[in-house]
Amino acid sequence: MLITCPYCGPRDVIEFTYQGDGNRERPDPVSQNFEAWNAYVYDRLNPAGDHNEIWQHSGGCRAHLRVVRNTLTHEISSVAFVRGDHGSAARSKAEDKP
Amino acid sequence: MVERQSPLEPEYHVGSHGNFEHGVEILLTETRPGSIVQLAAWPGEEKKLIAAIRAVAGLALPDGAGGGLSDGAKSAFGFAPGKFTVADEAEGLAAAFARVVTPAIGTVTDLSHGRTAIRIAGPKAEWVLAKFFAIDFALPAFPVGAGRSTTHHDVFAQIQRTGTDQFDIYVFRSFARSFWKALCHASEEVGYEVQ
Repeated sequence: MLITCPYCGPRDVIEFTYQGDGNRERPDPVSQNFEAWNAYVYDRLNPAGDHNEIWQHSGGCRAHLRVVRNTLTHEISSVAFVRGDHGSAARSKAEDKP
Repeated sequence: MVERQSPLEPEYHVGSHGNFEHGVEILLTETRPGSIVQLAAWPGEEKKLIAAIRAVAGLALPDGAGGGLSDGAKSAFGFAPGKFTVADEAEGLAAAFARVVTPAIGTVTDLSHGRTAIRIAGPKAEWVLAKFFAIDFALPAFPVGAGRSTTHHDVFAQIQRTGTDQFDIYVFRSFARSFWKALCHASEEVGYEVQ
């Protein structure tokens, strides 16, 4: 499985660390809403198809990435920096010129 | 000044090795830069950091991911969004950057003693490195001056191409000897010389 890092380009999955489900929303840390915490910790969509995930390119640029992966085919349909403002540093300008 | 010891020393055997009867196709050296510095910009401050690199090291980095430059004595390249490695033959680079890179722009980390720089050169350099790292070493994909960060069996490595057939590899000092031995083994079949 290859993940195309927006900074480093296509890299083997061995360089990446799975950081968990990208659909979860963490409740306010002071919140005592146990249902919300329970949902955050345990509830998962478990789709048979496209799934939002967080990955870190731990063996490369170390950026955190928002990845959409198909759980049936492992096809990666989108990869973006979790922190969108890295956009200006993204690959394409110097790299992809022949 | 205290003489800095090389972690490669017990395994650093100057001379020709391996299958070199038909010529040496790999040159391995430890470049021993006096300074290795890592710079990181806060979000939005990247341009100011690139300007600081131009002011201190005299290297005008190209735009884009992994862009870099080397003038022989000083080298700089991007290895992550907003982050750069700069190396210099002379000592004192971290102090020079600390004067220019203010806390509002970003951070300066002196890694001079934390990394070991290994240079692999020769017509088979791309070929030997391709055995180590799953990245494209061909010149169009990895232009001269550019940098890449990747791993070899969990040994994190930053690689800068400093010539058409020359690469500088920065590895953790504590892993450097093991990595060096692996590099020597991988170079044996084409014949290598340690200088």
